[in-house]
Amino acid sequence: MSEMNENHTSTGLRLKIGLAEMLKGGVIMDVMNVEQARIAEEAGAVAVMALERVPAMIRAEGGVARMASPKLIKEIMAAVTIPVMAKARIGHFAEAQVLQQLGVDFIDESEVLTPADEAHHIDKHAFTTPFVCGARNLGEALRRIAEGAAMIRTKGEAGTGDVVHAVQHMRQITKELRQLTVAREEELYHLAKEHGAPYELVRMVARTCKLPVPNFSAGGIATPADAALMMQLGAETVFVGSGIFMKERATPLDVENDAKEREEAVSRARAIVTATTHFNDAKVVAEASEQVTGTMKGLAAAAIEERDQLQTRGW
Amino acid sequence: MTTERPSRIGVLAIQGDYAAHAAAFARLGVATEPVKTVSELAQVDSLVLPGGESTAMLRLLRRDGLDAALREFVHARPVLATCAGCILLAREVCHPHQESFAALDISIERNAYGRQNESAIVPVETTLPGGPMEAVFIRAPRILKTGPSVKTLATRDGFPVLVREGKILAATFHPELSDDQRVHELFLEMIRES
Repeated sequence: MSEMNENHTSTGLRLKIGLAEMLKGGVIMDVMNVEQARIAEEAGAVAVMALERVPAMIRAEGGVARMASPKLIKEIMAAVTIPVMAKARIGHFAEAQVLQQLGVDFIDESEVLTPADEAHHIDKHAFTTPFVCGARNLGEALRRIAEGAAMIRTKGEAGTGDVVHAVQHMRQITKELRQLTVAREEELYHLAKEHGAPYELVRMVARTCKLPVPNFSAGGIATPADAALMMQLGAETVFVGSGIFMKERATPLDVENDAKEREEAVSRARAIVTATTHFNDAKVVAEASEQVTGTMKGLAAAAIEERDQLQTRGW
Repeated sequence: MTTERPSRIGVLAIQGDYAAHAAAFARLGVATEPVKTVSELAQVDSLVLPGGESTAMLRLLRRDGLDAALREFVHARPVLATCAGCILLAREVCHPHQESFAALDISIERNAYGRQNESAIVPVETTLPGGPMEAVFIRAPRILKTGPSVKTLATRDGFPVLVREGKILAATFHPELSDDQRVHELFLEMIRES
């Protein structure tokens, strides 16, 4: 059987979703260098996302945000034993081909980078490497799953340290899932049209009341309590970006040369991991919150003009 | 006829595919309890160590004495371990070296088949009744050596992938992600025996 066919079979999808299952109940951390990746692994991250700039820096610096350099990605892959993810631009299947060639464990087709296609997302069935994609509502999630995504994450508003949109998107997806379960059989055709999603997937989730792939959360999660909040709202794992390795909005902690700043990053990383596992035990989340020294200042998501939002990218 | 309470199966739920194990037992009509703390561990008679990331699990165990309680538990009670769980139980872990509970006399190499692109679903040879077994390998480890009291129950390319030593049943693959229920059924049998 050719490689192409293999990816289109249920076997290929089972393997992709299988890795997503292994990452449940954990924290996936954005890292920009080898030292940050090592700190993340030691703190108990289940995976790292290799990036040249975290979303807070992309937001502050502007310019075109692209796939990270293969050199950086390979260095990080060599430095840690946990899975390594990397981002490709929306629709940029050639970047995704490069990431697959490098052997990354998961590709994030991400709105945080500058989109490369204003209409089409990547045909993710064409790849052996699994994909994660962002979503703000059920229709968007199901469109990405139809294209082959093996994991969905709420988009939130990346690089802000403001959890409000991650909450909004998770509540929206779970609310729309519940609404499908009470719809009559003949109403599902119309709901499929309204959600802009394939009827077969709409019918499947109407029966199971859950997405057919793991549902994680991202975009503005900065503290142990933020992580506990998202897990209680139904996230199965959280992505943390700027919340661990940034001090001011566009300045990373110097974990390579400054022992005190390294310790601060370690304390934040460990605390978020602990709070994510014990999300339903307020005593443990309180202890974890107390261990954190310093938190990113953040940027209120409400102060961002809609045209400057990252979450509106993707279709 | 005994009036003892029914045996309770715990699933370590600090990280990983613990929900998939709970679902696999549910398909066999058996309830399980999630275990995240020492007090929850004290409530169960047997335990499942699921797949996931072994480095993350080790970090999360180092809290409130869960690692010490678990070490004692896995040396005394029935335990089913898959993938990362199997790594936690091994006598020796390499590539790279990391600490473990040394309750199962095997040497194991982490991520031995490669990265996610090398993950595979393959039929493996097994001595369990019913012929070859579908095995889901995800960034799987490889058992390099087994001690004299370890029984090999399934192999892939000559390497053990399902082993039993006393009350421990361990797989380098993920029976919880498969429709083949023989590994979970065997574990239920081991619980009844003990």
